[in-house]
Amino acid sequence: MEQTIPEVIRTVPLQHYVFFAAALFSIGVLGVLTRRNAIIIFMCVELMLNAVNVLLAAFSAYRADPNGQVFVFFIMAVAAAEVAVGLGIIVMIYRNIQNTDVNLLDRLKW
Amino acid sequence: MAEQAPLAVFGGSPLLYVLIPLLPFLGFLINGLLNRRLSGTVAGVIGSATVLGSFLISVMLFTQFTGTPYTVHLFDWISVGSLHIPFDYQIDQLSLIMLLLVTGVGFLIHVYSIGYMHHDENVGKFFAFLNLFVFSMLLLVMGANYVILFIGWEGVGLCSYLLIGFWNKHTAFNNAAKKAFIINRIGDLGFLLGIFLIYQTFDSVEYGSVFQQAAKLPVGAGVVTVITLLLFVGAMGKSAQLPLYTWLPDAMAGPTPVSALIHAATMVTAGIYMVLRSNILYTLSPDTLNVVAWVGALTALFAATIGLAQNDIKKVLAYSTVSQLGYMFLALGVMGYTSSLFHVLTHAFFKALMFLGAGSVIHAMSNEQDIRNMGGLRKALPITFLTFLIGCLAIAGIPPFSGFFSKDEILAHAFEHNKVLWGIGLLTAFLTAFYMFRLLFLTFFGEFRGTEEQKHHLHESPASMTMPLIILAILAAIGGFMNAPLVLGKGYLADFLAPLFNYSRQANPEAFGAEIDHATEYMLIGLSVAAGVLGIVLAYVQYVSRRVRPADDASQRGFLENLVYHKYYVDELYNTLFVKPSMFLSRGLHDFVEKRVVDAGVNGVGRGVFGGSQLLRNLQTGKVETYLLLMVVGIVVVLALNFMNF
Repeated sequence: MEQTIPEVIRTVPLQHYVFFAAALFSIGVLGVLTRRNAIIIFMCVELMLNAVNVLLAAFSAYRADPNGQVFVFFIMAVAAAEVAVGLGIIVMIYRNIQNTDVNLLDRLKW
Repeated sequence: MAEQAPLAVFGGSPLLYVLIPLLPFLGFLINGLLNRRLSGTVAGVIGSATVLGSFLISVMLFTQFTGTPYTVHLFDWISVGSLHIPFDYQIDQLSLIMLLLVTGVGFLIHVYSIGYMHHDENVGKFFAFLNLFVFSMLLLVMGANYVILFIGWEGVGLCSYLLIGFWNKHTAFNNAAKKAFIINRIGDLGFLLGIFLIYQTFDSVEYGSVFQQAAKLPVGAGVVTVITLLLFVGAMGKSAQLPLYTWLPDAMAGPTPVSALIHAATMVTAGIYMVLRSNILYTLSPDTLNVVAWVGALTALFAATIGLAQNDIKKVLAYSTVSQLGYMFLALGVMGYTSSLFHVLTHAFFKALMFLGAGSVIHAMSNEQDIRNMGGLRKALPITFLTFLIGCLAIAGIPPFSGFFSKDEILAHAFEHNKVLWGIGLLTAFLTAFYMFRLLFLTFFGEFRGTEEQKHHLHESPASMTMPLIILAILAAIGGFMNAPLVLGKGYLADFLAPLFNYSRQANPEAFGAEIDHATEYMLIGLSVAAGVLGIVLAYVQYVSRRVRPADDASQRGFLENLVYHKYYVDELYNTLFVKPSMFLSRGLHDFVEKRVVDAGVNGVGRGVFGGSQLLRNLQTGKVETYLLLMVVGIVVVLALNFMNF
């Protein structure tokens, strides 16, 4: 039998999506706060963004409202651009200090 | 209020009137702004030409004057609520005569200054200040209300300060300037309060309406007495009367033309002008007139005695000025209003003449001012000597020189009024003759007592300096005939000025007194001439026949002589009574209030901010983690608050 994607999504209860996204987001926040490697932090940021994306897609399906999915595409596009810029910055940092530890970048104090 | 009747020429536009004070002001702007770029002579010519322009316009106004006073409305200056102060000029007998005096004598002194200030490096600045002074003085005499009078009053005070301290590299000169300014402030406070009270009483500060209302008041009205006394306090400061006279002798620190123009001929007579202008108010208050007469008489005598023992050529003239100003106030106090103005005029001629003569001597002596180091200058400076002699004869009251007529008139008025005042006046006349001729004999007669270098340098002054001397000498010689005493003919000045005192005459007719009979007048003339001649003869015996020289500063003196030599220790007294306590107070305020309270407060605020910032800056760790953590915590808190509210 043929099932549309929203129908597939709706096979899982909404609460599960919410809990899953919250867990994913928290992992991202903790990662950003605790890790020192710039690339890991970057990945954690992506994790947070995607947690939101999952949530958006789930609500979109449950409410039969395509606006949520449009928004997901926006976030993905912006995230892609951000990744390009962010990675560029990280590369430049690495070239300068042969390291990607953010704690070494503490000159902007006092 | 006098009606408006501007001149027929210029189609009735007030331009001509505006130009009188404006020309010197333009001179001030040009000389002041182009100070360094103009050569001294150019600056002098500009300065003199502007004053000459004002003089010519004044002469024109004078010749076209019909005898009816009028005001020239320029613009409404202040208009707030019920307070209206228009910017008007008053053109009447009094202001016309003062205009001629200020611009005429002012012009001569400007010309003289071209020669006198020739060697100075700041001639442009000098002429700028001098022009500014003339501007302020013209405003003072032309204003049609007390507020404009006050502007001029303060303006001349400022210029006096600037010019006394003109050679501002000498601390002593700066101190003299400050002294003049501060003592004048004391007088000005009284003057200002007087103006306030005038406004409160008459609801106007314009001469016309104030005098009209005042004329309806009874003689001896209390408020008028208070007003006139307050105004007189201002006059005491400006015209150097007891007890505020001490600044004038010190003001001799300025260049000599300044002493001649400001501290002899014009500015110091502003007080007399003001009393004359308000004559109706003074007439209404016999008590104030008594005070004025006594202050004047005592000042005249007091300053004359000090003049006896001074050895600085300009100091002698300064005390003589104080003494003569006292004479003028004596005349005002005994209601000899005309004779007071008459003496202002003749005094302006002969005292300006003597100051300029003294300047010529100082110029020839290479800035020597001590008469003990002069002597025998008559051969080297013949023109200066002759003109100075005329000045001395005039001030000593020897007929037919100008001082004789004016002084005689004052004494006659004093005699009618109060015999004691007359006695003081006569004694002063004798002392005046003595110390002026002491000065003359010590300076121009006998042997030269200066250094060889000075003797070699002796020379008559250039024409720009001697011409004003000659003109002033002629005026000093014949100026008295403009108001010859009644026995000798007609008093032109008295007739001309009579309308000024209309209100006074209406308000208090008997106070003007009857004319004294001719026998008494001859007796008075004889006595005053005798006093003058006696003074001259005594001075001649003492300083020419017996060749007495004034003692050195350090020599022993008798008690009285010492007292006079040290000017009765008035300066020391004021120092102890006023200067030192206020200095003590100022120091105390400085050490305690300024340093402990104000400074501590301001510095405390600064230190507090600095300390707080030191603490707060530790937040900026530079660690990305900290920032992120704070950000997350912040968001969580915001969300939490958000949830709690809804």
